[in-house]
Amino acid sequence: MDEGRAPRRRVSPRLWLAGGWLLLALLAAIFAPLVAPQDPLAQDLMLERLPPFWMSGAEPGYWLGTDSLGRDLLSRLIFGGRIAFVVAFAASIAACLVGSTLGLISGYFGGWADRVISRVVDVWMAFPPVLFAILLVAVLGTGLSSVIIAIAVIDWTRFCRVIRAETMGQSRMDYVENARIAGYGRIGIMLREVLPNVVPSIVALLSLEMGIAVIVEAILSFVNLSISTDDPTWGGIIAEGRLSIHQAWWVLVFPLITLILTVLSFSQFGEALKTRFDPVLR
Amino acid sequence: MSACLDISGLSAVLPNGQRVLRSVSLSVQSGEVRALVGESGAGKTMIGKAVLGVLPSSVRIVEGDIRLEGEDLGRLQPKARRTLIGARTALIPQDPLTALNPSRRIGSQMTDRLVRILGWSGERADTRIRQLLDEVQIRDPDRVLKSYPHELSGGMRQRVLIAAAFAAEPRLIVADEPTTALDVTVQKQILRLIVQLQREHGTAILFVTHDLGVVAKISQKVSVLYAGKVVEEAETAALFAAPQHPYTRALMAATPRYTDPFASLKPVDEAVLAGLAAEIAVADQAWRRPHG
Ligand SMILES: Nc1ncnc2c1ncn2[C@@H]1O[C@H](COP(=O)(O)OP(=O)(O)OP(=O)(O)O)[C@@H](O)[C@H]1O
Ligand SMILES: [Mg+2]
Repeated sequence: MDEGRAPRRRVSPRLWLAGGWLLLALLAAIFAPLVAPQDPLAQDLMLERLPPFWMSGAEPGYWLGTDSLGRDLLSRLIFGGRIAFVVAFAASIAACLVGSTLGLISGYFGGWADRVISRVVDVWMAFPPVLFAILLVAVLGTGLSSVIIAIAVIDWTRFCRVIRAETMGQSRMDYVENARIAGYGRIGIMLREVLPNVVPSIVALLSLEMGIAVIVEAILSFVNLSISTDDPTWGGIIAEGRLSIHQAWWVLVFPLITLILTVLSFSQFGEALKTRFDPVLR
Repeated sequence: MSACLDISGLSAVLPNGQRVLRSVSLSVQSGEVRALVGESGAGKTMIGKAVLGVLPSSVRIVEGDIRLEGEDLGRLQPKARRTLIGARTALIPQDPLTALNPSRRIGSQMTDRLVRILGWSGERADTRIRQLLDEVQIRDPDRVLKSYPHELSGGMRQRVLIAAAFAAEPRLIVADEPTTALDVTVQKQILRLIVQLQREHGTAILFVTHDLGVVAKISQKVSVLYAGKVVEEAETAALFAAPQHPYTRALMAATPRYTDPFASLKPVDEAVLAGLAAEIAVADQAWRRPHG
């Protein structure tokens, strides 16, 4: 009648770039045995510290060079991606489920539920997260599942806080009151009316959290607390690269670049997804 | 005519003991429009919320009762009360933007209530909603039903809310300043629509407003509220012909007239305010005695 529909905005380049990198890294990790040019564990002292392909002395088939034991860096990064992604997905989904549920309850019902949950979150967040993680893994023992549990146990509070605040804001809106007048039950309103409005934030946080999980996993590997040392991990490679920085800088620099690109992509991807999920911003 | 809504002696207090409603009594007969006027903060919205069962948790009803078609709401179990209110009443809110869920399409919001709460079939609900959209003169229902709230103008959103309010044939509608958030030309159309649907459907309306001009146009009866107390109640025509309470007269003098827009408006007189303050002090004292 008096206004048309807003034209749908085109997919932003940052969604493409971030999503493209993540997809590439994810596919490489999934199909690692097929795409990795070498065996990531094969040592060959004849091939130690080969430089990346554009430098003199490079060997074909070892695109990013080798480490001090002659293992192919690119293959190790690709296989390291497997652990990084498993941890990223499992830990952030666990943290998201726990944190968002509690945040939703806390923000929507208020009262004593809110007081208890908020108190727990405050106490929880008083611990420095990395120290907390190291402590937890030390207690739980090293291994993939302890790393995942540790990250989820630490980071659910991030979801809880943000979702609580968003839920509180939404619960004050008139449409919630309207639904109550119409006769909807409290839980029904929370799930059907409020939840869809906080989903964009949950999605953005989830993606951000995946990036954070990748970093925490790398830090734990770096201090040798993560997975068994045989399997390549990004943090483990960085730790080794640090020792040979003067002889073979690439062993440090490439995993760092991979890590940073992945973490940035996760956060950018989350932001871009949020705007796509939000009917008002879209 | 029987009372559709009957509020008697309703008092509500804040946690600090201050009364926000002071023994309010008012009734709305079936099919009639009762205006509730008063300045900002008088407690008009509070009365509406009390009727609809959505008072803020900090506000407590301490005496009086609210009857909806003879049923005493205070005596019902919470579940039964919700069901009764859901089936017999509806709200036309002040702000048509926040009253619609931003992340759900108009169509699903409108039919959802009929289907989930009242158990209609999807088809019947859809037919009904389209009929109502036609009654509020929305000419392109397909587009509107598919839209999200932010894709519609304020006037369109308010039409949607009016249609939604009448859709389930409630006996009583609380309209809380339904035109305040709209610009003047749209206000007139919306008022006309509300009156028209009210007549066709025979719905009783408790119409909250601070605008006496609106009162004169749409209501048969008026209650004038000041500081949570009904200071005057009358047939609309009688009130405008001969206002009894000094506050009502002052309020009339403070309302601009279209016929004479440049006449100076008088703010409510000091003496009138002093009189009201005394009146309320007396009422509070009388109330405090039995309530400690
Ligand atoms: N959630 C709340 N908790 C405590 N007091 C409140 C709350 N909401 C409103 N009040 C107080 O109750 C009184 C009545 O408010 P109400 O909203 O009913 O006024 P109103 O007549 O609707 O005014 P307006 O024309 O501005 O909408 C005011 O004094 C207000 O400060
Ligand atoms: Mg109000």
